[in-house]
Amino acid sequence: MAQAEIAVEREPVEAPVPRRPRRWSAWLRSLLIPVLAIVTALVISSIFILISDTEVLGAWGRFFQAPGQALRLSAARLLDAYGALLEGSIGNPKELIGGLADWLAGRGNARLLQALYPLSESLVATTPYIFAGLAVALGFQCGLFNIGAEGQLFIGALVSTWVGYTITGLPWLLHLPLALLAGALGGAVWGAIPGYLKAKTGAHEVINTIMMNYIAFRLSDWLLTGPMQRSGFNPVSPPILPSAYLPRFFPDPLRFHAGFFVALGVAWLVYWFLWKTTLGFEIRTVGANPNAARYAGMSVTRNFVLAMALSGALAGLAGTNEVLGVNHFMAQAFSSGYGFDSIALALLGKSHPLGVVLASLLWGFLRAGAIRMQSSARIPIDIIQIVQAMVIVFVAAPAIIRWLYRLREEREEVGPVFTRGWGA
Amino acid sequence: MPPVLELRGITKAFPGVLANDHIDLTLEEGEVHALLGENGAGKTTLMNILYGLYTPDEGEIYIRGRRVEIHEPRDAIAQGIGMVHQHFMLIPVMTVTENVMLGVESVRGGLFLDRAAAAQRIREISEQYGLKVNPDAYIKDLPVGVQQRVEIIKILYRHADILILDEPTAVLTPQEVEDLFAIIRSLVSQGKSVIFISHKLKEVLTIADRITVLRQGRVVGTTRPAETDERQLAAMMVGREVMLEVEKQPAQLAGPVLEVEELRVLDDLGNVAVDGVSFTIEAGEVLGIAGVQGNGQTELVEALTGLRPIESGRVRILGEETTHATPRQILEKGVAHVPEDRQRDGLVLPFPVMDNLVLNTYYLPPFAQGVVIQRPAIERAAEERVRQFDVRTPSIYTPVASLSGGNQQKVIVAREFSRPIRLLIAAQPTRGLDVGSIEYIHRRLLEKRDQGCAVLLVSTELDEIIALSDRIAVMYEGHIMDILSAEQATREQLGLLMAGIASAPEGDVGPRGSDDGAERDQDG
Repeated sequence: MAQAEIAVEREPVEAPVPRRPRRWSAWLRSLLIPVLAIVTALVISSIFILISDTEVLGAWGRFFQAPGQALRLSAARLLDAYGALLEGSIGNPKELIGGLADWLAGRGNARLLQALYPLSESLVATTPYIFAGLAVALGFQCGLFNIGAEGQLFIGALVSTWVGYTITGLPWLLHLPLALLAGALGGAVWGAIPGYLKAKTGAHEVINTIMMNYIAFRLSDWLLTGPMQRSGFNPVSPPILPSAYLPRFFPDPLRFHAGFFVALGVAWLVYWFLWKTTLGFEIRTVGANPNAARYAGMSVTRNFVLAMALSGALAGLAGTNEVLGVNHFMAQAFSSGYGFDSIALALLGKSHPLGVVLASLLWGFLRAGAIRMQSSARIPIDIIQIVQAMVIVFVAAPAIIRWLYRLREEREEVGPVFTRGWGA
Repeated sequence: MPPVLELRGITKAFPGVLANDHIDLTLEEGEVHALLGENGAGKTTLMNILYGLYTPDEGEIYIRGRRVEIHEPRDAIAQGIGMVHQHFMLIPVMTVTENVMLGVESVRGGLFLDRAAAAQRIREISEQYGLKVNPDAYIKDLPVGVQQRVEIIKILYRHADILILDEPTAVLTPQEVEDLFAIIRSLVSQGKSVIFISHKLKEVLTIADRITVLRQGRVVGTTRPAETDERQLAAMMVGREVMLEVEKQPAQLAGPVLEVEELRVLDDLGNVAVDGVSFTIEAGEVLGIAGVQGNGQTELVEALTGLRPIESGRVRILGEETTHATPRQILEKGVAHVPEDRQRDGLVLPFPVMDNLVLNTYYLPPFAQGVVIQRPAIERAAEERVRQFDVRTPSIYTPVASLSGGNQQKVIVAREFSRPIRLLIAAQPTRGLDVGSIEYIHRRLLEKRDQGCAVLLVSTELDEIIALSDRIAVMYEGHIMDILSAEQATREQLGLLMAGIASAPEGDVGPRGSDDGAERDQDG
């Protein structure tokens, strides 16, 4: 046989490689669909706002006699509504400037504080979303659907409340971290149980986490009307000690508290864990391809339990945050669906901590603004739910956005199966 | 006489790739025309255009001199074109007759299926072309070679004159390949014309009247078997000289590395997949396991690498028992595993190349200190390995899904070969790869063997087994039929063993499998 020299020629790559845009422009690309989703959702909710207003409908009914009126009325209504949304979430610029002027001139800070209230409320609303969103996102990274964030949240709240009012005589520096840790641990246990069940028996975590939610709710009901009930008739817990408070930075009425920074810190921690540690690498690998993970020697079952426990811990912190930072005690119906919204947030944030933070900010601002929308522009608060729902739909089905705006798909279609060869 | 089929200037582009670039092809009546090319060369695209699954951007199709437009498979069938796909499209729980008449059912009284009429026609076709088949048999009971005949009957039933066979020999034993060639010759002698798509050089030289080679969407040349040889064809396919046979030094044995005793393993359905298999591999030798897909090889490899539980029997690696060891424990003994399904088991497609290169070593220093991943160390090692193993990738950050099959396999090889290994288990290591990559992997495999590694090679490609192995074991229905020395084994012998027919006692060197000498019924 001829001793042919195997020339190490640089042949072109056999299969076509889709053109890879540079790092940052790829990043921008990935923002495009969520941004368009939000814009489109706002447009659709605008239609709902107009339709639900009898005056506006009447004006449009008379469109051909007085087209200007219909348009003017519609524009006015929408401006009203979104103006209220902005005011409720960020604030009124006039008031802010006025308040700043007052304060600088020594006339007191009352006006300034009032002006900062919307922004403060937005961030307060954002914080539990960040924790809960991270919880679900981490689950997703391991291929797990943690629908139990709500229940884990409750357990976290219960445990941290208990630590908050039971343990006395500790300085703030010890009591607060202890309470936070306790809340996280409570959530971790609540999440680990379905994780363990999945690992041992293959039982699907969606079912088990939902069931654990109900157990958590009833447990909390029982505790708050029994062992953990404050004296009196209300199903609320005793107030926690000030040494367990998440500190606030401003006087009343601003409720902005340190939990926001804890959330940001935890978000960075989740990022570091998932991308910079061996355990995080395993979790992501199991999520991306459990077969390859097994082949590579990783224990899929161990990672399931770990991911669910960590996810539960994060959700537990969401509940802990509300108790230690906002209410300073626990009430029976203290959470308004943070756990379920968090699923949408994780999807919107593409399961990445940074995305989750951004999505949570959006949600928190929308929520705070919705209250003002209802009170000053008389828009039912449900409109915001429509916005949120539409955003979720568009992000979950990006094909709709692509079709609407005639966007090309990112992953270039390389046509048919370029044969995977014999018998593949 | 105009050619029965002519393709002129066929061009088809997809985003990012020109799959067919002004391709001209003629098929004469009564000829077997082979279409040769690597994966990605454009042969499947071309045939899909001919069969109506795509529309060309440019170019025309002429059938017997007349221009035709083919927009869907229905049009192609109407023009007398029939295609037998690589992956059969048969319904296992239906009979041959039902499968063949699906879509063109003959009816009695407008409403009732006339199976008898269809079966009669099938028998006639069967007789005429030598495609022995029982019309009332269920597909699931038929061996693969017979199923293929059913596919051919399907297209003849629809009056095909132009038959396109896409990689037809992928799942056949050597004997079944011979049978198929006989059928093709019979078809052709009765006026049919055949396009034979393949990347197997030997077969193409045997059966074809003319050979057209495609490379990167263009026709490189058309030739006849008499005017060319394997080396030239390979060079045309790849664009440079290709070494087809690797030089092999005689084996230098150095003590047992893998000892398998009476291994029994179940498959996913609870059936016995590996039934009392025993063998030993020494350092410095290659044991090839030959056999048609589905005879227990997959389960055997999974059992040896800790991915499947072992019912009974023992496995020892370097003297230590590993029968119930975890995959990681086995890995840490110095075992490398190149998996059969590289995309499912061997790689994490969305992850970058560098992550895949440390998929099973990420937790060891220098890639990690404690639990913290040391990214610079991983990047350095990745760059080094990509260079060393000639992996064609834009960068180490590219998701491995973007790489071609050959390069994906190189990533796996780079990963496995870059740590100190004593035992290499390679399952179908060159499946779906082009000639250039195959040559590369064969070389590195033999390199390992010469360095003193023990190698277990499992492959359905007999040529590969014969070229690389020192000893050859044939697996059939979970048993090792026999273990032969590679020098003395012949393709015929191996073919018989692969079909379950025990060989005569000359030339074998190892423990026998079960002595089941029953001939397989070829009629289903």
